[in-house]
Amino acid sequence: MSLLAVQAAVPSLWSPEWLPRLPQRLVEMILQNFGAPEWLVSIAGFIVAASTVVGVFMGGFALLSLIERKTLARIQNRIGPNRAGWFGILQPVADGIKMLTKEDIVPAKAEWLLHLAAPILIVIPSILALGVIPYGREWTPVPLELGLLFFFSVGALTELSVFMAGWASGSKFPMLGAMRAISQMVSYELPLIISALGVVMVSGTLSLPMIVDKQSGFHLGFIPAWNLFTPWGLVAGLVFYIAAIAEANRCPFDLPEGESEIVAGHMTEYSGFKYALFFMGEYLGLFAISGLGITLFLGGWQAPLPGLGFVPSWIWFFAKLAVVIMSFLWIRGTFPRVRIDQLMRFAWLCMIPMALLTLPAAAIWHFTGRGVLSWVVTVPLLLIPWVVITVIYNRRLAPATRHYTFAE
Amino acid sequence: MSIDRLPAPKKPGGWSVPGLGLLKGLVVTGKNMVQSFYREDRMTTVQYPEERAPISPNFRNFPFLVYDNDDSLAGLRCVACAICEKECPPQCIYIVLERDENGKSLKRPKIFDIDVSVCMNCGICAEVCPFDAIYMDGEYELSTDNRFEGLLFHRERLAKSAAYHAEIRPEQAAEVEARRKAEEEKKLAAQAAKEAKAKADKEAKDKAAAETEQKGESA
Repeated sequence: MSLLAVQAAVPSLWSPEWLPRLPQRLVEMILQNFGAPEWLVSIAGFIVAASTVVGVFMGGFALLSLIERKTLARIQNRIGPNRAGWFGILQPVADGIKMLTKEDIVPAKAEWLLHLAAPILIVIPSILALGVIPYGREWTPVPLELGLLFFFSVGALTELSVFMAGWASGSKFPMLGAMRAISQMVSYELPLIISALGVVMVSGTLSLPMIVDKQSGFHLGFIPAWNLFTPWGLVAGLVFYIAAIAEANRCPFDLPEGESEIVAGHMTEYSGFKYALFFMGEYLGLFAISGLGITLFLGGWQAPLPGLGFVPSWIWFFAKLAVVIMSFLWIRGTFPRVRIDQLMRFAWLCMIPMALLTLPAAAIWHFTGRGVLSWVVTVPLLLIPWVVITVIYNRRLAPATRHYTFAE
Repeated sequence: MSIDRLPAPKKPGGWSVPGLGLLKGLVVTGKNMVQSFYREDRMTTVQYPEERAPISPNFRNFPFLVYDNDDSLAGLRCVACAICEKECPPQCIYIVLERDENGKSLKRPKIFDIDVSVCMNCGICAEVCPFDAIYMDGEYELSTDNRFEGLLFHRERLAKSAAYHAEIRPEQAAEVEARRKAEEEKKLAAQAAKEAKAKADKEAKDKAAAETEQKGESA
């Protein structure tokens, strides 16, 4: 079994489908023309392919930092940044210059090597994770056969670097933030991975491009055959979505860096470009986990309606990515931060049971022929436990009427 | 149109569809987001250096001196009586009366300084002034790079026209103007009456003198 899945044959170099891979093909062609050895050509091609992905998502990071501020401002009936350039379009540039020219402070009690390594190590896994996602029909930078496994194993590295940052800073707030981050990420990694397993069971593969291929076609001629539009897929998708918000440290699960409680969590003792690297890692991680969610549940680069196949597939991927990211912004602008006990209770009492239930549901779905019978069996299998869980959950959480002994 | 708000939360123990509250919250923020693009009353931001929010006539910070006519120093209403200097709680006013070479008061200040870094914006100076000469200003862009000289305002800086007063506090200025006019007229009338009386007296005296003269001649 080769580690790399076989790439489809090249249809045409100049088709829009191939546009994102054009730099890679050009470099490879030029090197081949000059008679470079095969290994050099492939390495150069990989480097260019990786640079394309990194470049696209760095640009996305810059754009998102502006769009996020603009969207949050609109949600709060403000205007948002509008001074640097036209509609604040140069705000990311201004922020970047500010970050680069700031003093780099290392606390006296910090472990300087780990303190330096943490921000670097938080960016690397996010970029690695971005490498295996299929962005288009012909555009998977590294088409690994075990792409999903690779994604989750490098994703686990971010926990290490967050804790590294918290511990190496040698200060209270970073340590508290790191402890919170570890408990949160470990708790939410579980539902995240379990909810992805249902997709693996039904698709029968860990290769992300193959998972997307399995979601092609349409039910009844117009409902896309995405995993989201199945009973188990809907539940697993929702669990994955919530767990992804927690994994990406975003509001309402941004406890590790809750600025009103613990300054900035693990980033408290960082300044200048290292601080910017944390943000970069966080946003790249957000892109990566959203991309994975799209690949697993929203049909990856598949068009949402029949007859839209003429649009290059990577445009569909990025359109879906934009929608998912906007939903994250909307949620950030709406919900307050949860408490740590609410967070853990939600993970262990609600998310993990529901994620586990999607596994038998996916199995039944697969073995009952994915038709009407499957719906009849799997919907109650998921709905009844959900109602029971929410009822128990709500009962337990509803605060009792308070009696103030001395005030009455 | 009033801005929509969430209804008050239900009392604990009640039942509701799980997740309904979350959706309601999302609808509220989504509405905010969309309506902020076309509803004027949603966007209350004032783009400060280019636009300014109107200042209420009741807003006050530091005092200024009022002058009439065109000459900002000769036209000062202030007579350097130093009532405000004595009344000022933080004692931020410093006044020196101007005198001529014979030591006679010219009824105007030679020095009128207000240290705005000490001033506490109470407005007592404006209340006690019997000459309507000092009022509270609404100017707020007062940052300076020198915290000693830059915040010590001399009379040249403090002097502002009566028209400016009418601009920032129209009601107060109109009332003051009416009162001053009435007083002026009263004064003029009194003077005219006095003059008329003096004239009448003089005429009577002249008449009496003429009569005595005539009497003397006839006698």
